[in-house]
Formats: sequence, C-alpha cells, structure tokens
Amino acid sequence: MNRPPSSRPRLLRAGAVLVAAGTVLAATACGGSADDGSGDGRVTITVNGRPPEAQAVERAMFDADVAEFEEAHPEIDLEAVEGFMDPNTFAARLAGGQLEDVFYVYFTDPANLIARGQAADITEQAADMAILDSVRPDALDVFRDGEGRLYGIPTANYSMGLLYNRALFEEAGLDPDAPPETWEEVREAADAIAGLGDDRVGFAELSANNQGGWHFTAWMYAMGGQVVDTGGETPVAAFNNEQGRAVLRYLHDMRWADGSMGEQQLLEFEDAQRMMGSGNLGMYLAAPDNVSQLVNQFEGDFDDYGLAPMPGGLGTLAGGEGYMFNPAATPEQIEAGLTYLEWRFLNPDRFQARIDRSLDNDAPVGLPMPPTPDIWTGEIREQQEALRLENANVPVENYQPFVDAAEQMPTRIEPPRAQEVYAVLDTVMQAVLTDEAADFDALLGEAETAVNELLARPS
Amino acid sequence: MTNATRRRGRAAAASDAPATGAFRRRGRPDPAARPAGAAPSRRVRPAENAIAYAFLAAALVCFAVFSWFPIVRGVLLSFQRENFVAPPTWVGLDNFQRVIGDPLFVTAWANTGYFTILALIFGFAVPFAVAVLLNEIRHARGYFRLLVYLPVMLPPIVTALLWRWFYDPGPGLFNETLRALNLPTLEWLNSGDTAMFSLVLVSTWGNMGTATLIYLAALQNIPGELYEAAELDGAGVWQRIRHVTVPQTRFVLLALLLLQIVATMQVFTEPYIMTAGGPENATVTVLLLLYRYAFVYSDFGAASALSLMLFVALGAFSALYLRITRSTG
Repeated sequence: MNRPPSSRPRLLRAGAVLVAAGTVLAATACGGSADDGSGDGRVTITVNGRPPEAQAVERAMFDADVAEFEEAHPEIDLEAVEGFMDPNTFAARLAGGQLEDVFYVYFTDPANLIARGQAADITEQAADMAILDSVRPDALDVFRDGEGRLYGIPTANYSMGLLYNRALFEEAGLDPDAPPETWEEVREAADAIAGLGDDRVGFAELSANNQGGWHFTAWMYAMGGQVVDTGGETPVAAFNNEQGRAVLRYLHDMRWADGSMGEQQLLEFEDAQRMMGSGNLGMYLAAPDNVSQLVNQFEGDFDDYGLAPMPGGLGTLAGGEGYMFNPAATPEQIEAGLTYLEWRFLNPDRFQARIDRSLDNDAPVGLPMPPTPDIWTGEIREQQEALRLENANVPVENYQPFVDAAEQMPTRIEPPRAQEVYAVLDTVMQAVLTDEAADFDALLGEAETAVNELLARPS
Repeated sequence: MTNATRRRGRAAAASDAPATGAFRRRGRPDPAARPAGAAPSRRVRPAENAIAYAFLAAALVCFAVFSWFPIVRGVLLSFQRENFVAPPTWVGLDNFQRVIGDPLFVTAWANTGYFTILALIFGFAVPFAVAVLLNEIRHARGYFRLLVYLPVMLPPIVTALLWRWFYDPGPGLFNETLRALNLPTLEWLNSGDTAMFSLVLVSTWGNMGTATLIYLAALQNIPGELYEAAELDGAGVWQRIRHVTVPQTRFVLLALLLLQIVATMQVFTEPYIMTAGGPENATVTVLLLLYRYAFVYSDFGAASALSLMLFVALGAFSALYLRITRSTG
C-alpha cells in the first residue's frame, strides 16, 4: 500500500519526538527515588534473595513466606527482588541508589563492607532482639566491627568439612562409615581411590581465583594454625611455620608422590563439584550445602555422599550467609527489616513450619543447612536438632560425624583483607600443585612478605 | 613539494570548487549561486531543523551517558577514594602509587606484552596465510570459508571451556594424541612455561575467522592482471606474494595490525576463564589485574588508575602508529 506523500514528514516528526522523549525518559530513569512509604505509618522495604524462576520450588517457598509475613505484619510492605550478593554489580547498585534496603551477603563480605562504610550500623535497632542471645556468637561476630558494633544478622552458618563419595569408598575397599579423621588417613584413602584407575581422582584441591588461598586457610585452621595473626597492634602473616609447611607437604606428596590428585590443576569450586557429581572424585573440602547442590545439579543420590569433620579436627573455617542493610535505609526501614529477618530466619516458633514447607516441596531436610541451619546454641539448638532428625528425608547418618563434631570444633572466620590474602596464597597452592620441585620455604617466605606488605597498607 | 603540502593543496582546491547540487538541495544558502541581495530560493523551515536536532540529541545523549561520562568519571575516580556512600575524597596520586607498588604490576605488563607479541606472531600471520590459501582454492570455497569462520560464532566462554578440556594433561585431547603418537606430553595450562602460549592458541583459533575474511576480501580486490604480468616476468609463488599480494593489501594489513594490538593488549576472557592468572601469576594480564582491583578488592580508585595507564599506553601507541603510517605515505 502506498502512503500519502504528506505523511512522511509527519511520521519523521513523530519519530523524532518519540526518540527525544525516550532519551529524556532514559536520562531521568537513572535517578530513582527512595520512598519508604512512611507517610501513612506503613514502611516499605526492599529485600533481595528471592530465588530465580528456574528454581521454582525455592521461589514458591520464598513467596509463601513473604505472603505469610505481610499478613502477620500489615504495617510492613515487603518488596522482594531476585538476586544474591554479586561483587560485580554491588558497587554500581549502591552508587546508583538501586541497592535493596536489606541485602543478602555471604560471610566473606561483611568485613569489607563494614570497613568501607557500605553497610548501615544496626546496633541500636538490634539492641532489643533477645533472640540474638541464642545465636552462635562466632556467627554474629562476622557482622561486628572491631568495636563490637553490629552491621547485620546471620541466617545460616556452614563450617567446612570433608565431603566424600561413599560409593567410591566402597569400590576402593574403604569403609564409608569410617571416613578419614587425620590428614594421613586422607592421603591413604585418596591413594586407594586413585588406584581404581579410569582417571579417578582421590582428593581434589582448588588453586584458582583466590579459592586456593581460601582452602589453604581452611587447611591451616584444621591444623590448629591461622593465616593472619590479629592479636598484635597490626595484623601479620602467620602461615610461614611448621603448620604451613605441613599443609604444603601433604598436598605435594598426594599430588606428586602418590599421584592421587589428578593431573589437571588450577581448579575452582565448580570443577570439584563436576568431578564429584560425575562420580570421578573421592574427596574434597566443602560445606554441607554442597551435598544438596551435587544431588540437584547432577541428579545424584543423597546415599552416595558423606560428610566428615575437617581432618585433624583442630579447627575449621566458618562460612555462611546473612543480611545487611543499605547505608541509606532509614531507622524505620532497619527496624522493619529486622522484624522480617527475625520472623523468617530467627524464629523457633516456625521451625516446624519451615521444615514442613521443605518436606511438602521435596526439598532436603536433615542436612545442617536451611531449613535447619547450624546457627543456634543452647536449648534452641537442641530443639532444632531434634526436629531435624525427626523429620529428615535424607540419610542423616551419612552426615552425623560432621554434625557431632560441629558444636565442639573451634570455628574461625576469614582473615582480614581476605581476598587479597587469598590472592597471594593462591600462588603458593598453584606452585605446589603444578611444580614438583616447589620450594616450600621460599614460597611461604615470599607469600609472608607479600601479605605483610598488603596488611600494612591502608585498606 | 612534499606530500603534506600536496595534500593541503588538494584540500584547498576542493574547497574552492563550486558547491554541488547535493549541497544546495539541503537548503543551505549558496552565495555563489545567486545574485547579491536576492532572497534565497527556499527558506529553511524551523521544524526541519528541529527534527535533525532531535535525532542528533538522542545520539549525543547516548554517547554522553554511555561513553563520555564514564570516561570522564573514570579519570576522576583514579584520583579519588570512593565508597559510593559518602562523597569521594581526593587522594592525589595515591591510587597510582598503589598500583605501581603492587608486585604484580610489572608481571601483568610483562605478561600482556608477551601475550601481544605471541598473538601477533600467530594471530596476524596465520589468518593471512590462511586467506592466501583460501584465495587459491578453486573448489568448495564457501565450505572452507565457513569452516574458518565457525569458531568466531562460538561464544568465548564455550571456546575457553572446550580448550580447557583439550589441555587437560591427563585425559585431555592433546596429551592423549601425543601419547598415541608416542610423543612426550606437555603440561599446557599447568605450567608457567606453556600456559601463555596455550592461551594464545585458543585466542588465535577463536578470533582468526574475522581477520581471515577481511584479508580474503582484500586479496580478491587485487586485479588479476598484476599476477599475470608478474608471471610473465617469471615471478614464482613467493615473489608474487612478496611483490604483488603484500603491497596490494598493505593498508588492510596495517589497519588490522593496529586493531590486533589494541585488542590483544586488553586480553581478559582467556586468562580469566582458563587459568585465573596462574600458575604462579604466569598469565596475570593488565585487564585481569584491573578486574581484581575493581570486583574482587572493590578498589575502584586503583582499577581506574590502572585503566587510565592502559588507555594512555594504547593511545600513545595508536598515535605513533598513525604517525608512522602517514609518514610512509
């Protein structure tokens, strides 16, 4: 159809107006407004952590919780959004005023966010939360600064342990009900599993993207040592010692003398999960949530995996998750956020309801992770433990050695300037795992100098 | 007369030429085309200009918001300490001192230079050789061109993960092949000696398709008579390539050389996905270090300072390149 000639300029003009209007809109869209809706007595808060559509079960449970909360607290309007902590976008969202009022963090984040002033101080608002007395003090300490002021709330706590493949243990003639308790036993078990051939790997260790440094820290804690000594006036490196050399010696011997760590190195977490999920890996260091991830992602079987405490048993690295608050949040929004967090995560009255919801959705119950996270002490811990065992739909006996040891085993949080320290220690792990002639003393000495230099620098 | 004055002379002559019809059609007044004092033949309607300005404004705003503002902000950020909560504080050259004082600073630049040189040797020469070969092929040309271009269509992450498996020193494709041929195996990404070379192979394989097609297009523009004349003069294959092919594709070769250097100096995907900078920092590049400053350590000041250094280095190189290419005509 031919268009009348006169319509072209009009169309052009309309197009130009649209483009110009769109441009103005785009420009103005950059500046969002923070309306807490407090004018009518209602408080509006945005909270992230809503699972994506791909995780339909988790999303449905989350949405049901939010609906129930809003019904119980009509004065709070909760806007739930997708997403967890993403270091790649965090600063941009904070700078653009797009960061949620209550945002999800891993235990690796709070120290840095507090040091940089990127989270609100909630000490005053949390002062009357009696339930915090029953939360593990070490988990709460993750959210405190040097002066004891509080910046967030832990909602789940994981400590690292030894995740092992029970099926491969049996195949290698090892007793899956008696997992290794010392590093020497880990070495023997790894050797036996690698001896099965067919590219089986006895023990995998990470060494890329700072994850090597992270796991070196876990090894040091398990040996009773630490990575950074924070006791003095300024923190200093604390790994250039017998414990540090022992860590490297074990790794070196498993890698080169026994050949039980596979040939491909520079591994990251996903690599170890892939190897374990495909049934080719015997053991790696991980937190309990890895068990359900392996089952979900690789259609595995809970019966095939076991969890033991950190070998050596002298300590373990604490990990976990929680929520912090936008520095721009109003005191009312912080109060409302704390009300939500207490109702949803720190609420012994809802233990059974959370477990039932997981059972109804065929989500795992019985692991030391949500809906029964290991964040409690005293009577409440016992109450939750009883419910966990009573309602379990996974073989809890496979994880019992880990759970039994968890309460007694000293947990340590990450060192200060963790990611920078890990980056230095990554090279130590890489050297031991890729260079048979690695010089332990030289590696630890150079890493010590580098870590001390970075710790002396203002953050 | 020098080249430069000749060019200026031509430009001046062009500006003295009478206005073309196209120029008049846009409604601009053309003093030479009408008697003094006479009214212009057609007045410019304000609405017509408004439309032009509206379209121009959209482009300007887009460039300003998404290109110029971030560049200016990045430069400012390199002299500031910023937590995106409180107003930024000026710290002078502290960020630059922090970056230069980092033990990985020299390593990252040296690694980047090494990657660039290796990538030029392979990524520049190999596509040209392949293009010459493709140009000579008489049968199934389309099939071979598609074959060469296919890797470009793979997402870089897929390419990197695929090659990670090739490089696995245990059951990986390369070492399995070497074992089958009774040849010594290599540690590939596991060794500082071979890691960077391994990354260059991946990068070349993944990116050579585009360069090959551009070379091929340039080769096909060379008049066949030149080759015929060369052949009549008794020139062999190498002499034809040297005295006909290379001079005739010189401009494309030089343009791609610049693009190649600018691109390879910013190498990130391969080391990020395949080695994370290891083993023992053997593949830490400038951009990988920059990424760590920004997104691992949240030190945007240091990241901006390093990116400014890279910007200046690439800018200086580009200026030098343009100067050399201009002076050689």
